[in-house]
Amino acid sequence: MLTNFSNVLRVCAQRNGAAAVVSARTYADFTTQATFEIKKCDIHKLDEAPATQVVMTRDEGLKYYRVMQTIRRMELKADQLYKQKIIRGFCHLYDGQEACAVGIEAGINLTDHLITAYRAHGYTYTRGGTVKEIMAELTGRRGGIAKGKGGSMHMYTKNFYGGNGIVGAQVPLGAGVALACQYQGNNELSVSLYGDGAANQGQIFETYNMAALWKLPAIFICENNRYGMGTSVERSAASTDYYKRGDYIPGLRVDGMDVLCVREATKFAADHCRSGKGPMLMELQTYRYHGHSMSDPGVSYRTREEIQEVRGKSDPISLLKDRMLSNNMASVEELKEIDVSVRKEIEDAAQFATTDPEPPLEELCNHIFYNDADLEVRGTNPWTTLKSVS
Amino acid sequence: MAAAARFFVRGARSKLPISGVVPGPRSSFAAALLKLSPGSSSRTQRRHAAHFTFQADPEPTQYGPTTKMNMFQSVTSALDHTLASDPTAVIFGEDVAFGGVFRCTVGLRDKYGKDRVFNTPLCEQGIVGFGIGAAVAGATAIAEIQFADYIYPAFDQIVNEAAKYRYRSGNLFDCGSLTIRAPWGCVGHGSLYHSQSPEAFFAHCPGIKVVIPRSPVQAKGLLLSCIADQNPCIFFEPKILYRAAVEQVPVESYTIPLSQAEVLQEGSDVTLVAWGTQIHVLREVANMAQEKLGVSCELIDLQTILPWDVETVCKHSANNEYLCSSFSLQEQCFLNLEAPISRVCGYDTPFPHIFEPFYIPDKWKCFDAIKKMINY
Repeated sequence: MLTNFSNVLRVCAQRNGAAAVVSARTYADFTTQATFEIKKCDIHKLDEAPATQVVMTRDEGLKYYRVMQTIRRMELKADQLYKQKIIRGFCHLYDGQEACAVGIEAGINLTDHLITAYRAHGYTYTRGGTVKEIMAELTGRRGGIAKGKGGSMHMYTKNFYGGNGIVGAQVPLGAGVALACQYQGNNELSVSLYGDGAANQGQIFETYNMAALWKLPAIFICENNRYGMGTSVERSAASTDYYKRGDYIPGLRVDGMDVLCVREATKFAADHCRSGKGPMLMELQTYRYHGHSMSDPGVSYRTREEIQEVRGKSDPISLLKDRMLSNNMASVEELKEIDVSVRKEIEDAAQFATTDPEPPLEELCNHIFYNDADLEVRGTNPWTTLKSVS
Repeated sequence: MAAAARFFVRGARSKLPISGVVPGPRSSFAAALLKLSPGSSSRTQRRHAAHFTFQADPEPTQYGPTTKMNMFQSVTSALDHTLASDPTAVIFGEDVAFGGVFRCTVGLRDKYGKDRVFNTPLCEQGIVGFGIGAAVAGATAIAEIQFADYIYPAFDQIVNEAAKYRYRSGNLFDCGSLTIRAPWGCVGHGSLYHSQSPEAFFAHCPGIKVVIPRSPVQAKGLLLSCIADQNPCIFFEPKILYRAAVEQVPVESYTIPLSQAEVLQEGSDVTLVAWGTQIHVLREVANMAQEKLGVSCELIDLQTILPWDVETVCKHSANNEYLCSSFSLQEQCFLNLEAPISRVCGYDTPFPHIFEPFYIPDKWKCFDAIKKMINY
């Protein structure tokens, strides 16, 4: 009876053109929380693994769904804008890997610190950036999150250190942030992400050593999407057990397509770090649907069948959706409403990103150094100088 | 910085009356810009063209039959000849096996086998270190760094190991058969880390050679010279020219000597020195200077940045303050010059993302520099 009543209310609301607000709906017909069985993580130098029975509330589920859907649609919109040449330069898309960004953020606090490489749009969002700012940065406009000066690879926000172009270079930085947390005694930690390609960079191992030696509150996360640009992991790594590469650092191998799995593992790692036991390494097994970047079709080194298979069987958003629907935590219509609202948000952001003006030319030389007085910067020939303001 | 161009005003007698050119006061950047592109700040402008036009050289006749090739094809041709004639030659780097991100190694793995053309993991320091070792042991090692911007992790290996090997071992050992190739320079949308021109960082390092071609014919000949040269060489390939530059390139193997600058155009007033893509910019500038200012420009392609052809540049110009190398040409030619040497290059900022069109030393900026210089 109640179900019918709420259905009628909803239909009326839609007919009147009002957007149905989820919170005004009756909750009586939905389960508020449910327990889910998740895949057990492989462990390295650990006595116990993260829990396999986890609880997710309806609100949490809707939130994860909304955030993952936003990231997915944002990346697809970026793809579209790139093909229209409104976004130029390099653009590395994150669709397929949403569960990683959302799961990690669910396991840490906004006051913790995070740094990643160039596939950074999802993290910019989960760390507090708005879709508008992200898209305007992609198009290089003054409303962008880095004032339009960074582009796709260089997005930053509070407690999010980018957005880094040079492969592997961000990991020692992340350890440094962890040192600062330890030094300041603020119980915060630092999450440093890198990919399966970067896992072979020398500076990563230098960082493992320092972090373990000084017991830094650092979580190193390898997002293993099976391909370092065009090279598969089997062809680039002597050991594809990336979670064991830290050797003396305890490690977890996690199903990166399941947001709950990622969340639990992150919580486990965060507790470990915050208790002063030192760093932890996590390998998230995930997959990207797009190629390495927009200049890579993504099918010269893997088959379309493989991509379709992952999309069909392990898509993170579908997994979450199925879970929620089969446990009566949400209705199909409700999730559709979220989709519609997300789509609108992305459209508005794209509109803003296309119409916002580019940064003023005076910005070209600003923020090279930190200087008290304005600095004169040499121009293209000795007779022109520009002003640098910081 | 982007490829620098150096201008010198030559000769004691510059008798051309320059009328209509007002040596104005130093204009601010914004004002200068407004003069050049009035609408730039009011609405978003879409770039429709590169900042230069590639100008092919006439077909070479001294190296045998030629065929049409673009720059990446000429590089592939050079590598093909090397692998065919030298059984110790190996090519390695990130993603070279399938052909490379710029298609410079297409077909080579199929032709010569996977033990001669192979991928490395993502580790530049490792790639160069490994290359040095392979060269010391007798292989002709051709290492590819995927973008010149990524060469810095290997900087220590290049400068401290490769460059000094022969010297420190008293000529007992050397890594002369090492050649490092890297795509180089601005490309229109590369932003901070796909556009850099790092030759200046290596230009002060005795023991290595640094070479930058301007065209497919030059690329093949110079690359073959680098591979044959018994010193470790860094070969920077202007990535914007990979497809844009098309010429009739000799099919056979040939070499173009290193450390010999090429005078592309004779002139009597101003000497322009550049390398890589900038040569094509300056060709246009030379024409503009002739038409609009009546200034006769000489154009020299340095080709080898280190060790560079002092004699040619000195002979054809008055002096050069280029490269604080063991001696400054300024000392030699100072009295012959009418104006200080002018360096035209990118601004002293990191290579920008959205501001690239204003950053690069395009033909207008070079032309402007000539104007200012002749009115010095």
